[in-house]
Amino acid sequence: MNQSLAFGCLGLLALSIVAPAILIVWFVLAKGGSMLSVEFLTAMPKDGMTAGGIFPAIAGSIGLVLATMVFAVPVGVLGAVYLSEYARQGLLVRAIRIAIMNLAGVPSIVYGLFGMGVFVMVVMPAIINALNLDPHEYSRSCLLAGAATLALLVLPMIITTSEEALRQVPQHQRHASLALGATKWQTIWRIVLPNAMPGILTGLVLAIGRAAGETAPILLTGAVFYMSRMPGAHDALFKPFMALPYHLFAIATQLPTAPDELKWGVALVLLSIVLGFNIIAVAMRTYLRRKRV
Amino acid sequence: MAAQTPEIRASQDVTRSRSIEASTGPAIKLSAQDLSVFYGKFQALKGVCMDIPERQITALIGPSGCGKSTFLRCLNRMNDVLDGVRVEGQLLMDGVNIYDRRVDAVELRKRVGMVFQQPNPFPMSIFDNIAYGPRLHGERNRSRLAEIVENTLRGAALWDEVKDKLHQSAFSLSGGQQQRLCIARVMAVQPEVILMDEPCSALDPNATFRIEELMTQLKQDYTVIIVTHNMYQAARVSQKTGFFLLGDLIEFDETARIFEAPSDKRTEDYVQGRFG
Repeated sequence: MNQSLAFGCLGLLALSIVAPAILIVWFVLAKGGSMLSVEFLTAMPKDGMTAGGIFPAIAGSIGLVLATMVFAVPVGVLGAVYLSEYARQGLLVRAIRIAIMNLAGVPSIVYGLFGMGVFVMVVMPAIINALNLDPHEYSRSCLLAGAATLALLVLPMIITTSEEALRQVPQHQRHASLALGATKWQTIWRIVLPNAMPGILTGLVLAIGRAAGETAPILLTGAVFYMSRMPGAHDALFKPFMALPYHLFAIATQLPTAPDELKWGVALVLLSIVLGFNIIAVAMRTYLRRKRV
Repeated sequence: MAAQTPEIRASQDVTRSRSIEASTGPAIKLSAQDLSVFYGKFQALKGVCMDIPERQITALIGPSGCGKSTFLRCLNRMNDVLDGVRVEGQLLMDGVNIYDRRVDAVELRKRVGMVFQQPNPFPMSIFDNIAYGPRLHGERNRSRLAEIVENTLRGAALWDEVKDKLHQSAFSLSGGQQQRLCIARVMAVQPEVILMDEPCSALDPNATFRIEELMTQLKQDYTVIIVTHNMYQAARVSQKTGFFLLGDLIEFDETARIFEAPSDKRTEDYVQGRFG
């Protein structure tokens, strides 16, 4: 009797965790599903963004996530390898770990300000100058600056989960490899990293979701409300961009005439893109697990 | 003998022909001279001197924490991998001090292989486990690799059991088979010395028997050094036995002497099972 009561309570608690997730997906699907059409996914916005498609925001978000990962994955994973495999475990490494944990707790708007102060104001102008690009054609608030800022935001997450995954690789596997005459790097490359890869990919899934969904950091580093035409492939990195979360924020707060379904439609597309990236990562993880036994 | 040259890559054949020339008793493969090991401030090995004969099985026995595994890990410099370990004294292999600054530990470990207490195959196929070492050292040719894998597995008396499932996971094997796979993985690198750190302690009597059989075969081509808790095992397989106690090498002699007429009272007490 007592036990079934307790189990009932626990079940209810579990349900209260799952319920919001289910409700969100349900709401988004029910309200935004009707918006899905070829035009919505592939056309430019029209009528002051209250109609037409959202193609620039979709392309912007996908480009942003890819560029963010190009910055963050090598630095994050190799940083984790350094911290857990090479660095002498002393005061310095402990300080670095604490710094990383604190970085994970910094509000995203602060990252946005930092990105504006460093990437937009200093780094991008320097790059544009160095490449001899026309400052009227190429913008210092741009996809590159936004991706760099988001990369900083997701780095702590990638480093922490990668380090955890590396720690899970049993010590005897490293010793077996070293005892066969492998160098430290050969051991890391052939034994440790492949073993840790599923765990590392789990961290990347989280990072992708975070990068795709953040609004504040890109708001200050290059995201724009509206673009009249798509940038070309050659200069997209140096142009301002539209992105789904900011687009959603804009139409929800600035455009009272925008129809409700439009907002839910944008949310549905954003959710699907994050889900799509996650499915790719999970598929890679499953493939790697199967390949390795 | 050219003393102190860092040329430890002298080919196996040269070493072997040298030992055949020396017809009076087996040649000395490894020689510890006043070897001490410190973990931080703790001295785990106290000035050990020991001459290990080539192509014989040398057993190291003693109670837990006596330094026998520490000594074993000196022989392929696996102690280097652990933090805060300091080694003093000399360890000569074919007359060259392997702790000389000019000797590369990675190169040394190609010549001195090691089998661990727990079978530790890599999470790969049986084939890839054996091919790991040869690939590491530059062998890319597929048919050449297949040849090495087959020859090695035959040498380790494992071929007939695994020939139909070379591309299955190494974890699909039993514990005893996994340990023999690990021995084969070491053999594939063609070392001169094979170190075994309690290789049978996680195995049942039947699997233990198969490994002892294999060891006896191995000594025709390799110098084998085994740490064991099992005195009967030492008595069964080895030609020489060393008894360690609290970091000291108490006695080192022919195995028969150690078990039948030891010269030290502590050795006698230990082999008769009075402590440890």
